[in-house]
Amino acid sequence: MNFIAELGNHVLGFFRELGRLCQFFGHSLRLCLKPPIRSHLIIQHMEFVGIGSLFIVLLTGFFTGAVFTIQSIDALTKVGMESMVGTTVLMAVSRELAPVLTSLMVAGRVGSSMATELGTMRVTEQIDAMEVMAVDPIKYLVSPRVIAGAIMVPALTAIFDLIAIVGSYSMAVGVLGIDEGSFIAKIQWFLDPYDFLQGIVKAVFFGGLVTTVGCYKGFFASGGARGVGEATTQSVVISSISIFVLDYILTSILLLFSPAS
Amino acid sequence: MIEVDNLHKSFQGHHVLKGVSLNIPEGKTRVILGLSGSGKSVLMKHLIGLLRPDSGRVLVNNQDISAMSQSELLELRRQFGMVFQQAALFDSMSVTENVAFPLREHTRMSETEIQTTVQQKLDLVGLGDFAQKYPAELSGGMKKRVGLARAIVLDPICVFYDEPTTGLDPLTTNSVDDMILEANKTLAVTSVVISHDIGSAIKVADDIAVLHEGSIVEDCPAHEIRNSQNPFVQEFLNSWFEKQ
Repeated sequence: MNFIAELGNHVLGFFRELGRLCQFFGHSLRLCLKPPIRSHLIIQHMEFVGIGSLFIVLLTGFFTGAVFTIQSIDALTKVGMESMVGTTVLMAVSRELAPVLTSLMVAGRVGSSMATELGTMRVTEQIDAMEVMAVDPIKYLVSPRVIAGAIMVPALTAIFDLIAIVGSYSMAVGVLGIDEGSFIAKIQWFLDPYDFLQGIVKAVFFGGLVTTVGCYKGFFASGGARGVGEATTQSVVISSISIFVLDYILTSILLLFSPAS
Repeated sequence: MIEVDNLHKSFQGHHVLKGVSLNIPEGKTRVILGLSGSGKSVLMKHLIGLLRPDSGRVLVNNQDISAMSQSELLELRRQFGMVFQQAALFDSMSVTENVAFPLREHTRMSETEIQTTVQQKLDLVGLGDFAQKYPAELSGGMKKRVGLARAIVLDPICVFYDEPTTGLDPLTTNSVDDMILEANKTLAVTSVVISHDIGSAIKVADDIAVLHEGSIVEDCPAHEIRNSQNPFVQEFLNSWFEKQ
């Protein structure tokens, strides 16, 4: 009986937390549209999210393209279709790997940093000070970060796509000796702009999700340094899991609108 | 100016404020004295409109703030200033940026006007030469002074001090007390000080209210607090005098 009650409490707690998170996201979105629009803060956070994450995205993108090419060639050679390697890699990268891996990188680097920064501001009463000064802390601290995430994660995803093509091309043509013309022709023939669009649309949602979760956990942190640490860890864990769940939902929806379907 | 009428507040079944009534007259310094956990901070959050009462009223210039909308509350808070226990300065901003923050958010002043006003306020608290420092480079007392400069930069009608002398050495405590007295004299504002430091309370207050277990057990002019017949106040005073 205790076990069932405990399980029930956990389930209720999960939905309560989810409800509060959605409410927090909705509130921050509503405030995005309300003047004054603090464009300098949005640009500042865009720089942090985008420029700051560029190096790890470039590195991840290149090696994802290269490694996936090696693995795909190994499989495709068995059925004599190694010329399809570019198409295979890029379809997987543009639809799934680029938005998901980019968002995971951003969750680790940016989401955690936002949770720590806002958590520290909460436990040192800086957020209370803002409220007393009649400044809405969600509008000042959260909205610009969420906008920056929703803009820069798609931009990083597009860069990931591009660098993954470079990685795949270098490995397939440069190292494994696949015919260059065949590699490019198959990509042009089989790949649709919608494949890239799907990834970009997903990245908009992931960017908003990662920054909202980071801000949410930090904004409601309590219990001093330990509480801030817990908020940081939880923000990365929750963001990472949510990315995969949301990816499933978005993929199901986006495939309905695919020109091929 | 501020009137608290039969205020009640509970958190998860714990009755924190049990019918608090209090009057804070204009231009006076009112100290609310009490032990940790007596409900002082909860009371102050009601005065600023950060918390809404379960029952009772908080009137600011005869307007019931517990019935105000969020936008009306934000408007009202612009007329208040608050000095936090740990100063609560934005650590990513310099001293100047901290003090300029309310001006940038709530006024249409030019950058030159903002810089002039900020310098005036910093001079007033004796930190004119520290404008470009960051909070991490300041001592506890200096942070409180910057906190005061930020609290008074919009020329508020009332300044709240949350435990202004907690955790400070005796010399810094004295200087913070002097700072409060000086600010009251120069700016002629109403001040509300939340504290458990009896020495500071007697020094800065016009009137002292003692909050114990959610109720006001004594409310009198500062110089009469020693004559209180309330057993808790007696015990509180005796324990402090024994330490001196």
